[in-house]
Amino acid sequence: MSVSVQREDFDVAAEIEAVAERGGDVGAVATFTGFVRCGERGVRAMTLEHYPEMTESALAAIEEEAHLRWPLLASRIVHRFGELCAGERIVLVATASAHRAAAFEAAEFLMDYLKTKAPFWKCEETLEGRRWVEERASDSAAADRWSRSRK
Amino acid sequence: MGGEPLRLKYFAWVREQLGVGGEEVRPPESVKTIADLIAWLCERDERYRTVLCDSPDVRFAVDQEMAEDREHSVEGAREVAFFPPMTGG
Repeated sequence: MSVSVQREDFDVAAEIEAVAERGGDVGAVATFTGFVRCGERGVRAMTLEHYPEMTESALAAIEEEAHLRWPLLASRIVHRFGELCAGERIVLVATASAHRAAAFEAAEFLMDYLKTKAPFWKCEETLEGRRWVEERASDSAAADRWSRSRK
Repeated sequence: MGGEPLRLKYFAWVREQLGVGGEEVRPPESVKTIADLIAWLCERDERYRTVLCDSPDVRFAVDQEMAEDREHSVEGAREVAFFPPMTGG
């Protein structure tokens, strides 16, 4: 298990290699990368605020939950904070397992939980001004389904 | 609540609307839950009312762990944080 909360950008290829190596006898690595999207409102930049004393422990708890539910050999979460421009990477989730089903499902679980349980708050800068992003019902629903289908 | 002051932290629009990122307070012994704490803060200063009392969307963490609701205990707590629903990931 490994979590980094940082301002700096990350190297996706290097992160995948590192997870595969840490996992040992790995048959599958699944990866998700999240980006700042320009979108319908013309987002030019985004500020990610976070709760420093809580962030790493919250992410580690989410990661630990994934390891309890799926036979993962290794995993990695990288989450950036600070000022990011449209097109920049925000978050990476990588999971390594013997077979692909666990790797895919655990990666999706980690992202669904990160969307609702990681102490970050996004403030978008658009052509119309600044705006705090609101939680989405679809994100809450996505996280909830993992509670109902607990393995 | 003992000798140590209680640290309060505010994030995102909660921080912007209160005009401060955090503060230290010394609530009386009668403050036992988040609801009690909010009521006490509102009594001290009206600006807490709009942001914490009247806003259903504010969430809480006590000593860096998420609180389920306003009935969560703050007895013995060192830090309570107030923030909007999280939008990470």
